Amino acid sequence: MKKQLFALLFALVPFTALAATEAHLPYSMSPDLDDKASLQRGMKLFVNYCMGCHSLEYQRFSRAAEDLNMPQDLVEENLIFSSDLAFNDQMEIAMSEEDGESWFGAAPPDLTLHGRLRGPDWLYSYLLSFYKDPERPTGVNNAVFDLVAMPNVLEPLQGVQEMVCAESDRPIGDAELDPLTGKYQSCEVLQVTEPGTMEPAEFEEAVYDMTNFLAYVGEPSKLQAQSLGPKVLIFIFIFGVIAYLLKREYWRDIH
Amino acid sequence: MADNGVNKGRRRFLLGATTVVGAVGAVGVAVPFVASWQPSARARAAGAPVQADVSKLEPGQRMTVEWRGRPVWLVRRSDDMIERIRNFDGSLLADPQSEEQQQPTYVEGELRSIRPEIGVLVGICTHLGCSPLYRPEPGAADLGGENWPGGFFCPCHGSRFDLAGRVFANVPAPTNLEVPPHRYDSEEIIIVGEDEETA
Amino acid sequence: MGNPNRVKAESGFMRWVDDRFPATQMWQDHMAQYYAPKNFNVWYFFGSLALLVLVNQILTGVWLTMSYNPSAEGAFASVEYIMRDVEYGWLIRYMHSTGASAFFVVVYLHMFRGLLYGSYKAPRELVWIFGMTIYLALMAEAFMGYLLPWGQMSYWGAQVIISLFSAIPVIGPDLAQWVRGDFLISGITLNRFFALHVVALPIVILALVVLHLIALHEVGSNNPDGIDIKARKDESGKPLDGIPFHPYYTVKDLVGVAVFLFVFCAVIFYFPEGGGYFIEIPNFEPSDPLKTPDHIAPVWYFTPFYAMLRAITFSLFGLDAKFLGVVVMGGAIAILFVLPWLDRSPVNSMRYKGWISRIMLVLFSISFVILGVLGVLPSTAGRTLLAQACTAIYFAYFLLMPFYTKYESTKPVPERVTG
Repeated sequence: MKKQLFALLFALVPFTALAATEAHLPYSMSPDLDDKASLQRGMKLFVNYCMGCHSLEYQRFSRAAEDLNMPQDLVEENLIFSSDLAFNDQMEIAMSEEDGESWFGAAPPDLTLHGRLRGPDWLYSYLLSFYKDPERPTGVNNAVFDLVAMPNVLEPLQGVQEMVCAESDRPIGDAELDPLTGKYQSCEVLQVTEPGTMEPAEFEEAVYDMTNFLAYVGEPSKLQAQSLGPKVLIFIFIFGVIAYLLKREYWRDIH
Repeated sequence: MADNGVNKGRRRFLLGATTVVGAVGAVGVAVPFVASWQPSARARAAGAPVQADVSKLEPGQRMTVEWRGRPVWLVRRSDDMIERIRNFDGSLLADPQSEEQQQPTYVEGELRSIRPEIGVLVGICTHLGCSPLYRPEPGAADLGGENWPGGFFCPCHGSRFDLAGRVFANVPAPTNLEVPPHRYDSEEIIIVGEDEETA
Repeated sequence: MGNPNRVKAESGFMRWVDDRFPATQMWQDHMAQYYAPKNFNVWYFFGSLALLVLVNQILTGVWLTMSYNPSAEGAFASVEYIMRDVEYGWLIRYMHSTGASAFFVVVYLHMFRGLLYGSYKAPRELVWIFGMTIYLALMAEAFMGYLLPWGQMSYWGAQVIISLFSAIPVIGPDLAQWVRGDFLISGITLNRFFALHVVALPIVILALVVLHLIALHEVGSNNPDGIDIKARKDESGKPLDGIPFHPYYTVKDLVGVAVFLFVFCAVIFYFPEGGGYFIEIPNFEPSDPLKTPDHIAPVWYFTPFYAMLRAITFSLFGLDAKFLGVVVMGGAIAILFVLPWLDRSPVNSMRYKGWISRIMLVLFSISFVILGVLGVLPSTAGRTLLAQACTAIYFAYFLLMPFYTKYESTKPVPERVTG
């Protein structure tokens, strides 16, 4: 009968395979919640560049301080700008939804759960994919989020990025592989044309940190799950072994 | 089912081991359920320490701040008040030396305060939770005349406390008023709800 | 004292209890002297596991209720409050959300066991019917619970399912409005679903589980050979192929529990979203009645029936496609109830049934899984055709059963259980 169980398990495989299908994104990143320095830098970037418009309405400063190993006075001095917000408060903003809508055409969403809703790959790709587009009211468009309402607030850091025809190391859109060079030819390559205060690699690092921070904010309990999980599983395993020995002992009676 | 060949000792050992491990597991499962009844981060944020600025408090005046939903009194005691507390006849009080743990360890003596001139008290009567009235005038006729040094009087059941929050003998309240944990952030800023040591 | 016909403890505290309450008698009847066939295999773990998950759901559910706010304004935020501000709230919530999926996993496997070994056949018809009613109540419970987080998927999933009622001719639209209590799904709907989810349906499910177990213990458990162990007894009247449930199956089930908990906890700690199947990703966005997510799929355990609903794209017998789809979906569940009377085979277990029965069960299972996958995917013409074929097989399995089980040749059934 075990065969049947396996057959059933195999029948369920398409379900797990399905989960892997996702829209194609130019970049990917894997969050590292143990890299506290990265998360701290990400939080600093977030409060400086994003929190003018985007709140984290379920995330408390105090929780971030605890999870990212930051002392209270440091957080109060460097990360809390509004006099209305205290250390224990949630990271809210003063801008109302209506104001946001009238200023940008769409209210800037709360980002607490964006790390889970959009996924880190999307956030990372999105933040790297702004390019100059004079036809847009903000002067920029985004290769991942077409006709985006948000301006490229990171432009001072990144510089001006433009969409050009060039060779690329990775496939972009409908790019074709050049078999001689091993590179892709595409007219959707994003290139920095006017440098910002950061080198491209440095900027990618900064965006990684920010995305990492948003991934953390999406599910802070992941840190607790990571530390509790192995203990629980080991305990259940030990219990299982003892229970199995007990079962085998009793079932010696049965012939 | 034959009983022959049954290793009773091994069976008993395994049964005991399973029971013990199972019981440990049950306790482990209970932990999150019990812990989830602790004050949540929201409750703790609401009950966070509060700042009180006593710079504008005149001698003899009292101000009230709210901490964890309870009134906390801050009284700037005049020299005269301090004298009266120090010289008051201890035999009229239930616990003149504050032996009952109603105050943090860093609050000592009959004044029950960190600095003699500033008294910090939770304004809740230790009898049944009413908030006593501030009656600083000594010798008030309705409160015992000469034996009233100035203090707090609870209108609910008539409990009396002196200006250091020490309870009188033979009143319904059993213990002195509680002194909350507090510390001085600066000369005139008091943080109520935070202990001195952790500062 | 008390009822002299009861089994009682000799003395002491238990004797005192037994004179007033049949504790020892019940222990004997349902555990120590409940004789179960000795040849249970791995399929027989899922009943006790379902009970374990039920306990998990009730416990974690009660605790979630303590911090949840059943209002349109506060529901979404209160779930995040549980996830972040309440001590261990994240764990309790994941135990509940993962438990919901785990419940259906074990219940589907438990039901498949019934199909495999003919556990629904006489004299166990009522065991099966109570079980099916539990399944039905469980679907209602899961559906209403899914609205409570008040995310986009909660909202639009409920929107689609409640709209099904409006397909019923004449009374449909009014009925849908009555269920919602509003012109759209609102806090009013949320409140009544909350009441049903946390109070009414759990009581119904608990009562049904008791009935299911009483009926089972009245007739005794079936087994992989599908033979009656009570037919052969020893001198003392105990079934030769039976063993007391306690201690033999209690210790055996403990092993099953450990294996189950290992997988269950691994999901809770490392994959609580279950790849987007246990907690669907659009549910991380608060519900918005003005914006439908790009792709709505019900939770995985409903998808086979949802695929059947969508497979009906044609009118028939004067019924329009929408209503016919609802009828087919309802019929797919209703037909399970009459299964005991569709099976005319002289034998119970698939081990001794003929090859037609075996092929039909395999086809049925594959179709059900394919329907489940199709229900998640956006529909295309090809997929609709496949869904129609699978729906046909699903119904053929039941509707043709009276014929193929009656006329196929079966294998001889042994007198005693085999390994």
